[in-house]
Amino acid sequence: MIVDSPRHTPRDEQDASVIIREAADKGTLLNVAGNGTKSPMGRPNQTDASISSSGLTGITLYEPAELVISARSGTPLLEVMRVLAAKGQELPFEPMDYRALLGTKGDPTIGAVAAMNISGPRRIMAGAARDSLIGVRFVNGRGETVKSGGRVMKNVTGLDLVKLMGGSWGTLGFLTEVTFKVLPKQERMATLVIRGLDDRQAIEALSMALGSPFDVTGAAHVPDRDRRGGNTLIRLEGFRISVDYRMNELKRMLRRFRFMDILEGVGAEALWQSVRDVTLLTDQGNRAVWRVSTAPTRGPDLVAQVAQSLDAQWFYDWGGGLVWISTPVDGDAGASVLREATRAFGGHATLVRAPAEIRSAVDVFEPQPDALMTLSRGIKASFDPAGILNPGRMYAGV
Amino acid sequence: MTIAFPQPDKAVLARRREIVEGLGRLVASEALIVSEDERRAFETDGLTAYRRMPLAVVLPSTTEEVSAILRFCHENRVKVVPRGAGTSLCGGAIPQEDAIVLGVAKMNRVLNVDFEARTARVQSGITNLGISQAVSHEGFFYAPDPSSQLACTIAGNIAMNSGGAHCLKYGVTTNNLLGVTLVLLDGTVVEIGGEHLDAPGYDLLGLICGSEGQLGVVTEAVVRILRAAEGARPALFGFSSVEDAGACVAAIIGAGIIPVALEYMDKPAIQICEAFAHAGYPLDVEAMLICEVEGSDQEIDDMLRRIVAIAEPFRPKTMKVSQSEAESAAIWKGRKSAFGATGRVADYICMDGTIPTGQLPYVLNRIDEIVKSYGLGVANVFHAGDGNLHPLVMFNTNVPGEMEKAEKAGEDILRLCVEVGGCLTGEHGVGIEKRDLMTCQFNATDLEQQMRVRGVFDPGWLLNPAKVFPLEGRFAA
Repeated sequence: MIVDSPRHTPRDEQDASVIIREAADKGTLLNVAGNGTKSPMGRPNQTDASISSSGLTGITLYEPAELVISARSGTPLLEVMRVLAAKGQELPFEPMDYRALLGTKGDPTIGAVAAMNISGPRRIMAGAARDSLIGVRFVNGRGETVKSGGRVMKNVTGLDLVKLMGGSWGTLGFLTEVTFKVLPKQERMATLVIRGLDDRQAIEALSMALGSPFDVTGAAHVPDRDRRGGNTLIRLEGFRISVDYRMNELKRMLRRFRFMDILEGVGAEALWQSVRDVTLLTDQGNRAVWRVSTAPTRGPDLVAQVAQSLDAQWFYDWGGGLVWISTPVDGDAGASVLREATRAFGGHATLVRAPAEIRSAVDVFEPQPDALMTLSRGIKASFDPAGILNPGRMYAGV
Repeated sequence: MTIAFPQPDKAVLARRREIVEGLGRLVASEALIVSEDERRAFETDGLTAYRRMPLAVVLPSTTEEVSAILRFCHENRVKVVPRGAGTSLCGGAIPQEDAIVLGVAKMNRVLNVDFEARTARVQSGITNLGISQAVSHEGFFYAPDPSSQLACTIAGNIAMNSGGAHCLKYGVTTNNLLGVTLVLLDGTVVEIGGEHLDAPGYDLLGLICGSEGQLGVVTEAVVRILRAAEGARPALFGFSSVEDAGACVAAIIGAGIIPVALEYMDKPAIQICEAFAHAGYPLDVEAMLICEVEGSDQEIDDMLRRIVAIAEPFRPKTMKVSQSEAESAAIWKGRKSAFGATGRVADYICMDGTIPTGQLPYVLNRIDEIVKSYGLGVANVFHAGDGNLHPLVMFNTNVPGEMEKAEKAGEDILRLCVEVGGCLTGEHGVGIEKRDLMTCQFNATDLEQQMRVRGVFDPGWLLNPAKVFPLEGRFAA
């Protein structure tokens, strides 16, 4: 981005609409952002100006008894979480905080959580951000204000543009307001830690736990550096008596994996936060970080293939379905190896952290078949015919 | 009979023979239904007041056949109405004279179940309950459970983003769908998503879900399967006012409890269901809640104790906590027979708006006023936890003009739902039924953006074209 390119911070939706309409008329390419804490992600793109949601703040609706909250897109995520916590509620999908991993500062916004579909360990039980996102307002690339969804959690009226906006990285529209379904924060959290399992044994244990009736809300495996063992984490949440009961049953079910502990309190919370925020891989200096989503049972095979050709470090979340892998920043940062693995085992890989030169040179997001790319380009054009909103941030031509 | 259909394209009608011959070259003869008698079975769906005879009906057995049929229709400019089991309550599968029906019901196999990864790949014509039955021997189930689950297909569930009684805990179709094989209008077959979570790129899976057959035809689906809870038991509460029942719902959720089901019935519904099912419902109350929780016996006991304590300040006239399977079955029997029981005493139309739950007492009182103003009766049964209403507006088909009155009352109710911050449809879909009301919920720009997206998939309006968007003001790009 040009250093002194204009930075627009609209104060309201109408402002945003005027800015975007003018940019569309002039063909001004806009970098769409919140507070920029995730700006080192995605494909680096050339833009002429930026439009930020930082001036659009404030919670616009919160009805705890209806389990719903709406906020302007630039509202700090932490503020939303604080307001919810005051009423004993939370965002069900446990959004990741990327700042430690990316080495950025500032306030992540609730709009970015929607725009990038940011979730955490509880995704396996409670769904991703897109599953809780029930309403959006945005300005499309024509400068038109559009709404989709609303404030009620059951709504099938018309095409679900909410889903399209979720995870579109600002390429389809500039979000002005988002509405999420929320859930009560659970009374108690306890984590069963199994020690000494290799990857395959760990995924087996996690699959058993996730296939049980005990409502597991976190299932991660963190191998030791020597890869001979590690910590396998299974989280339960709920009312005290219920967590006690389920923990006992879980221990009984998994008794053949000996070495078990139960972790609670601040230590356990910190542990899950480190899984959520991938801080387990941030201390590895100048290495690239990949996020790989695959079928849980194929995680270990995929990793084994990657580790044959690359000096990789990794850990698993989502019972094995999400693998965070760090690789050296040489060459393509492992892109060709990772992509071969996702082709072989199914799933997709995203290059989350790497120097801009590498993110320019390789596909940051999993390449898509031609037919899907054609649809994606068509969708992009239907929202943003001039191609001015975050052009190329996800895929070339989108 | 107030919902309009587009005028059939005479040129297409004139080509009927040629079109039927063309389709005959693509599928086996038993997969092509041509005779008027046999086509009649496909002229309507769950919205039986409306019917149109299609040009022909084709029931393919493979994705390849679906692809060939769509390509043929695309090349020959023939409209296509996709169909699952035809249980849509909003007319989503009602054909038109110049369209063929493409039914997926023959494609009903389970292709693969992976219990370890907790996924199932199925052909899209399998019934909703069929998926659960295929995995129940390992204690698993498929969570969304629309009332029609015995008959409805997963293809239809995906098209409508169907819900059910248990979505407060488990979500609706879109939250339980991992991937689809989708055939586009030009015959291209695409795989979206798969056995993993959160596909890359735009959330096309989320867009397809709930698109009412306008973007393509789903032939296979990968769904999440879940391990069933150890047990479940309901409690029943009867209140002397709608306000008390509404406040009790808010208090339960406010206390951090998410019951697996929280169902509301008003007085007329209680009486109709009790007369039919003899479920032991209280007849002296204005409103009743059925609140079900899941888990082990001790978890259920703990949770029901909490719920009873929450309900007490609202002075329930009746409070019955189920102590056994038999008592649970009795409590549910009445609720589950609501639609059938109402059908015995009257003809009815079932509305499906959603409202913010805080508006419950106001909306219920207004619904009562609205329906009375048309000289009709209404029974209310609905999912109270999520505000998805199902007012059953009762009328007598044999009295001229009553059905039109019921439709008008239904329209007023849906406008009310939108006015208080809700929406036209929570789980049934727009179809033809709510098509002309879309402008109450969306302005022209909102609808144009939706139509532009639709146009990416079907610029010529060939796929289920009479649905969802008002017939006036349509465009594609």
